[in-house]
Amino acid sequence: MSVTEQTVHPTADVHPIDHLLRADRLPHILCPGCGIGIVIHSYAQAIAESGMPENDHVCVSGIGCSGRAAGYVNVDSYHTTHGRALPFALGIAVHKPDLNVTVISGDGDLTAIGGNHLIHAARRNANLNVICINNFNYGMTGGQVGPTTPIGARGSTAPRGTTERPFNLPYLAKATGAVFVARWTILHVREFQQAILRSMQKKGFCFIEVLAPCPTSFGRANKIGDGLHEMEIYRERCRIEHGASNFEDLDIDLIDDKKSITVGNFVDIEREAFLS
Amino acid sequence: MPDNTAAKTAQPGAAARVLSGTHFMLGDHACAEGALAAGVDFFAGYPITPSTEIAEHLARRLPDVGGRFVQMEDELGSMAAIIGASAAGARSLTATSGPGFSLMMESIGLAAMMEIPCVVANVQRASPSTGLPTMVGQSDILQARWGSHGDYGVIAYCPESPQECFDLTVRAFNAADQYRVPVFILMDEVVGHMAERVVIPDATDVPFVPRKGPESAPDGDPFYCYAADEDLVPRIAHAGDGYKVHMTGLTHDERGYPALDAETHDQLINRLVDKIRMNAADIEMHDEIDLDDAETVVISLGCTARSARHAVNEARADGISCGFLRLITVWPFPEKRIRELVAKGNVKRFVVPEINLGQLRREVERLTQLPVLRLNHAGGAMPEPEKILELIRI
Amino acid sequence: MDLSLAQVPRGLVHVIAERCKECNFCINYCPTDVLEYSTEINAKGYHYPVVAEGKEDACIQCRFCDLICPELAIYTTDASATQSKERDAG
Repeated sequence: MSVTEQTVHPTADVHPIDHLLRADRLPHILCPGCGIGIVIHSYAQAIAESGMPENDHVCVSGIGCSGRAAGYVNVDSYHTTHGRALPFALGIAVHKPDLNVTVISGDGDLTAIGGNHLIHAARRNANLNVICINNFNYGMTGGQVGPTTPIGARGSTAPRGTTERPFNLPYLAKATGAVFVARWTILHVREFQQAILRSMQKKGFCFIEVLAPCPTSFGRANKIGDGLHEMEIYRERCRIEHGASNFEDLDIDLIDDKKSITVGNFVDIEREAFLS
Repeated sequence: MPDNTAAKTAQPGAAARVLSGTHFMLGDHACAEGALAAGVDFFAGYPITPSTEIAEHLARRLPDVGGRFVQMEDELGSMAAIIGASAAGARSLTATSGPGFSLMMESIGLAAMMEIPCVVANVQRASPSTGLPTMVGQSDILQARWGSHGDYGVIAYCPESPQECFDLTVRAFNAADQYRVPVFILMDEVVGHMAERVVIPDATDVPFVPRKGPESAPDGDPFYCYAADEDLVPRIAHAGDGYKVHMTGLTHDERGYPALDAETHDQLINRLVDKIRMNAADIEMHDEIDLDDAETVVISLGCTARSARHAVNEARADGISCGFLRLITVWPFPEKRIRELVAKGNVKRFVVPEINLGQLRREVERLTQLPVLRLNHAGGAMPEPEKILELIRI
Repeated sequence: MDLSLAQVPRGLVHVIAERCKECNFCINYCPTDVLEYSTEINAKGYHYPVVAEGKEDACIQCRFCDLICPELAIYTTDASATQSKERDAG
């Protein structure tokens, strides 16, 4: 190639994926360095690559920062109550089994207040794609600890550090019956998108945990600095192990910098999906 | 009684769903058959006495007519699931009793705020808490109106017989769709567990009021799923229809986008309340016996109305000037009719028997300075006609 | 494999400056260090990414800046395709 003239880079006001977003609502409400925007972006990219009609995709969210995801994607979208995204989505998926229903919500929404729905949706293998954005705390309410906060990490309701053992979400999802289980971080954006795409292609309960920085709440309380700092933690400490052999080893300790974080596509099995 | 649910279209594929004919049927089963006749597509529920027979009946019947039955993990999930299914276009139902009704309150508020039609059958038992699970109560009347946080409008029907369990369930689905609102069938254990004659009409005679859908195609004019028409009810599009709707429990504008300001909130919440209040004349239903010249008016609903009617008839046979107002909808409450009776001047007192400690009486007292005699039982037993008669005779 | 035939893709960087919140992800993770902060700020007061001086031809169209942008504020297009078309037309 022989380009001799210097390349001129244009300015823009529209992104090529904007048609799959409610672009009139951008910029979104999420903080600088927050990872949720990347999840929204990745979901839109996965829709574009899914080859399915846009109108066949439905997005359901619960409450919290991650719960705002549904409000930014330009498909039929429902922003429900705290913890109830899964049963709401189940109602859609059971009544219209041809729709591709994706639940995007947070760790607190899906595993604390919605924990009962999570294990039962997985058990009955509801035909849902779940993207659980794990930022290790309740961000929107100001950084309280939750069921994913690593032992020792601080939050406004655990000023001396939490002493509770957090959920190991891939282990939980596998044990309760999910047919696809993955964990990625928003830094692993290509792998994460492929995992979403895989969940869209699969019938049954697909669960993707995606780690995302919450610099404003979790980061500040735990001396992680900005979003980039947490991304660097992911870069330095994540180890990819597809089809992980020992799910008990998938615990995350974000605070202890000597411990690695295992990511990958852990489960991909076939089991009859629920009423689909 | 206004008939706002006259047949507008014949329900497609209704024949297989409608058990036309005369039956001897449990109230709970009549409710389930009413739902089937009304075209219920989706049921999600959690077992609870004394409503379980509704779920069991639909578990057997619904899959055979192309519907879906899901037994959920709890009532929180049941309520969310029926709203989700309805958002995808299903006529959807859940059935419960007091403890489950309490759990459903969260998502009932969501249905009111998102304006997603749904029907909840609450077969009331003696409460609060676990109370008397197998015995009658009527103490969820105010909870049905005010149970979820915030202001919103609802509709609640109170059947007094298995026949009405059928008829009012059909009506509940039509009202839910017409007004985009959660609708309650406020049954009680006596009515739910009573077997009586139930006449189910021909499928073509089952009234059907469809939801108001978009006026233009998905790729036509922009569709706003919260732009209300003159009746204050917006048109609805469903998941998969291609309109790319957004619905949220947050305060929202006509597009469904979050609009977190006081002015939008005030307008939206007023509309949610007004769409029932302004249409109350079309929604409200009651039965009357000899109210025109009555000095004593007995007001009652549900199974209690059966005792009350007996007492009123006895009293009249004894020459006492007595009439009867039976509420078929408790919400909206028949305020207009009660105010009229008070204004006419011949009424000297009201008598309100009920299986709670004064929930209905409180509503009546709100509308009149006249004495409101009470006959309360906290739950577990029907009020005896003799006790009501004693009050009438005072 | 004839490496002389291999072409490194060339990318054009498009920035939607008003969406940017200055998280630094695109600048930090660009494999060829194409981007740097603007000297200007956008309406919300953030410095958005711009192509660094001397890096105008360095974008390899890997799209990582696009995929990793939480704000949908940056994307790239294939400059080699555009330019070869221009060459063909010329």
